[in-house]
Amino acid sequence: MSSLEQMYQQVILDHAKRPHGRGLVDAPADHRSGESHQVNPTCGDEITLRVDVDGATVVGVSWEGQGCSISQASASVLTELVTGHDLADVARLDAVFHDLMGSRGKGLDDEDALDTLGDASAFTGVSQYPARIKCALLGWAALKDSLARSGALAG
Amino acid sequence: MTTTDTVRPSLTAAELAAVRADFPLLGRTVRGGRPLVYLDSAATSQKPNVVLEAEVDFYEQRNAAVHRGAHQLAEEATEAFEDAREAVAAFVGADADEIVWTPGATAAINLVAYAFSNATAGRGGAAAERFRLAPGDEIVVTEAEHHANLVPWQELCARTGAVLRWFGVDDEGRIDLSHVDQVITERTRVVAFGHVSNVSGAIAPVAELVAAAKRVGALTVLDACQSVPHLPVDLHALDVDLAAFSAHKMLGPTGVGALYGRRELLEAMPPVTTGGSMVEVVTMAETTFAPPPQRFEAGTQMVAQAVGMGVAARWLGELGMDRVAEHERELAAELVRIGEIPGVRIVGPADARDRLAVVSFVVDGVHAHDVGQVLDDKGIAVRVGHHCAQPLHRRFGVAATARASASVYTTTEEIAAFREALAGVRAFFGVD
Repeated sequence: MSSLEQMYQQVILDHAKRPHGRGLVDAPADHRSGESHQVNPTCGDEITLRVDVDGATVVGVSWEGQGCSISQASASVLTELVTGHDLADVARLDAVFHDLMGSRGKGLDDEDALDTLGDASAFTGVSQYPARIKCALLGWAALKDSLARSGALAG
Repeated sequence: MTTTDTVRPSLTAAELAAVRADFPLLGRTVRGGRPLVYLDSAATSQKPNVVLEAEVDFYEQRNAAVHRGAHQLAEEATEAFEDAREAVAAFVGADADEIVWTPGATAAINLVAYAFSNATAGRGGAAAERFRLAPGDEIVVTEAEHHANLVPWQELCARTGAVLRWFGVDDEGRIDLSHVDQVITERTRVVAFGHVSNVSGAIAPVAELVAAAKRVGALTVLDACQSVPHLPVDLHALDVDLAAFSAHKMLGPTGVGALYGRRELLEAMPPVTTGGSMVEVVTMAETTFAPPPQRFEAGTQMVAQAVGMGVAARWLGELGMDRVAEHERELAAELVRIGEIPGVRIVGPADARDRLAVVSFVVDGVHAHDVGQVLDDKGIAVRVGHHCAQPLHRRFGVAATARASASVYTTTEEIAAFREALAGVRAFFGVD
């Protein structure tokens, strides 16, 4: 597989074409909710992402955005990945994904950790391209910020 | 400026091969051994050996502080520095004392904007009256500007109470002059515009804009970054008041550029960066300033880079800018043929008239970043994003475009390879 094919794996292209979580959804009034708008100033990609947190569990992620296939697929993948997880798990997944993006295409030695990423492990190929890592991280930045804004992290 | 009856022929194949042989970087491979097809010259150009050697030679043989020192090296360094100024001035139809070294075009435009600020704050005495702004005065730009010729004017307005106005562009990205007398009015003090759009490649109607500005006594500021490397440019003939351009886009080094100003304007303009080398008499209480261009060149200058810029100007001048322009006209005609590829839409003029070989485009169903990545995999370097022109992209309703841009060393074969690779992009992403 060429480097290009490693980056644009079918699972990424599928997510980009039919993204999960697109379309902002209001959280029920008794849940905590936070929203974040993130922009990649170098290419103009942007995302508005909203979290719905019930107690300590992320029960919903929804977003609107425009951008390249990597940023769109990444937002889609994270929607699937974190929904239903508690806040500690989400923080762990975020850390593992950031480690993967910093791996310069080598992936992670910790295969168990990599497995927890599910479809997000397909982004290993993206980490070979320094200019594209920020595309993959755009949605994750919005997730982190929206969780902070929701007040759920403060308990 | 090149009249049709005196057009000299484009570069011959042998000449073009010789030109390319002078650029070491063009010989390298990328992405697993593919020959490099460099189509990002509007962002920055590659450098010929003569420029690289001139910088090395300066450091090896002549390095010294300029305009001071009694020793031979100081003399030689100063001579090289001022000789470069003459070369750059001659290249753009200016006199040497009308050329101020700056770190680049962005710095040059900011220098002008802050000179207006300083004049407005009362600096520069009676001579600086032309640079004094009052609330309600207007500064006119265009929707096609690079951020470097937009943000400094926004900031100047915010500091002075002046009002920013702008010309829109038509569907081809050309400046819409249909209401010129409603945009440029008695209130207009500055008209700042790009000679050639770094996105659409469209050449601005300089004569019309200069005439409109003159009718109301406004100063004109020309962003000549994208024109000077590709067209014969005669700033005296264009009759603009001030102009900015960068070395690194015209085969020269990074870190140096030039501000051109008509002599009497530079003489009236208050300094911006102050310190050593730009003074006459300094006491503990106050300072009088050197005449231009030194008044605007405080501190140790980027001498080796300036020498490199001078060599780049001479190198292009010897090749003949009319012939360079003719070569690049042929390249532009080849580039716009991407409009024939299904799903590819050019953002800017669709034909080769009154435009340069800078072509931005979108591919239906594929984001510009992804387009650039697939081209990169074939060794083809293009720019993706908004190219520091967000308002123009907003005008066209797109967040990002891909851009292919040529220079003197680009070949029609490279553009054919680009077209072929571009034609395969939609299939790669499964878009029909």
